[in-house]
Amino acid sequence: MTDDPLVIAGRAFASRLLLGTGGFRSLEEMAEAIRASGSELVTVALRRVDPAQRGSIMDVLAETGVAVLPNTAGCYTARDAIVTAQLAREAFETDWVKLEVIGDDRTLLPDAPELLAAAEALVDDGFVVLPYTTDDPILARRLEDAGCAAVMPLGSPIGSGMGIRNPYNISIIRERTELPVVLDAGVGTASDAALAMELGCDAVLCASAISRAHDAVAMAHAIRAGVEGGRLARRAGRIPRRLYAEASTPDAGLPDFGAPVDA
Amino acid sequence: MIRVALNGEPRELHDGATVADALALLGVAPDARGVAVAVDREVVRRADWAGTPLATGAQVEILTAIQGG
Repeated sequence: MTDDPLVIAGRAFASRLLLGTGGFRSLEEMAEAIRASGSELVTVALRRVDPAQRGSIMDVLAETGVAVLPNTAGCYTARDAIVTAQLAREAFETDWVKLEVIGDDRTLLPDAPELLAAAEALVDDGFVVLPYTTDDPILARRLEDAGCAAVMPLGSPIGSGMGIRNPYNISIIRERTELPVVLDAGVGTASDAALAMELGCDAVLCASAISRAHDAVAMAHAIRAGVEGGRLARRAGRIPRRLYAEASTPDAGLPDFGAPVDA
Repeated sequence: MIRVALNGEPRELHDGATVADALALLGVAPDARGVAVAVDREVVRRADWAGTPLATGAQVEILTAIQGG
């Protein structure tokens, strides 16, 4: 284990990249990308059994050795999200859940009142709740008060690849919660993941940016490196931004070559 | 016969049919990984699949793991 583990609900992870499994073109590509990403925790969803389906994601994930984090994707109400989480606990034998309660199918933005209601109910039911939330610091605090194990604010809408649209809010969330902050949604490429970590996020959750990249496995490597670079930079402590230059070479000892000679 | 909604489709099962019979109808093995069942929005635990009878009008949802999130 690294000397700088990610700890959520008392469980330590060497990797600070969580991977969503949606969008890969095949289970083989997904497995290869998981290995390339170094991720130890990957999301899965629940849908109706399709008798025509061949090949089980569970078998493939078992081979990679990762832990699964079931989501409640597609739920619009607290009521549906709660039942889905309970089904996921039964299906995956985990009480961890990535809680998603969305407001509409065009933005996929969280529905704050329903999200909070679902979080409260699931915490009471013994779940380790990791809510996908907006970049609103007040909602993040309410989720913390509800007993969530982390907060997972979006950088921009799911699958948009628009990066982090309000880095100041992400910084405020980081400053004002004791919980792990996982940047969830909006990452488009490695620099977005690095910025999330530089802002102080504890981890990044990323699906489409990897799974829908031209070369998903190569992008898994790239975003992994972005997360690691951003984390190292955050710990190193960056210089302040300045409007004017500050010379890095000292003036002391500067030679005097005399006045210019007219031609 | 009893009539249930199985994953949204009307299906007929024999009298006394259980959750396990509904799973078999969809070709799901009783030891399949990553499967969960709800009847009328209540989770039926795996250990109870064979012992939980279904009644006409039951809404049975049989879900499994897919890529997502």
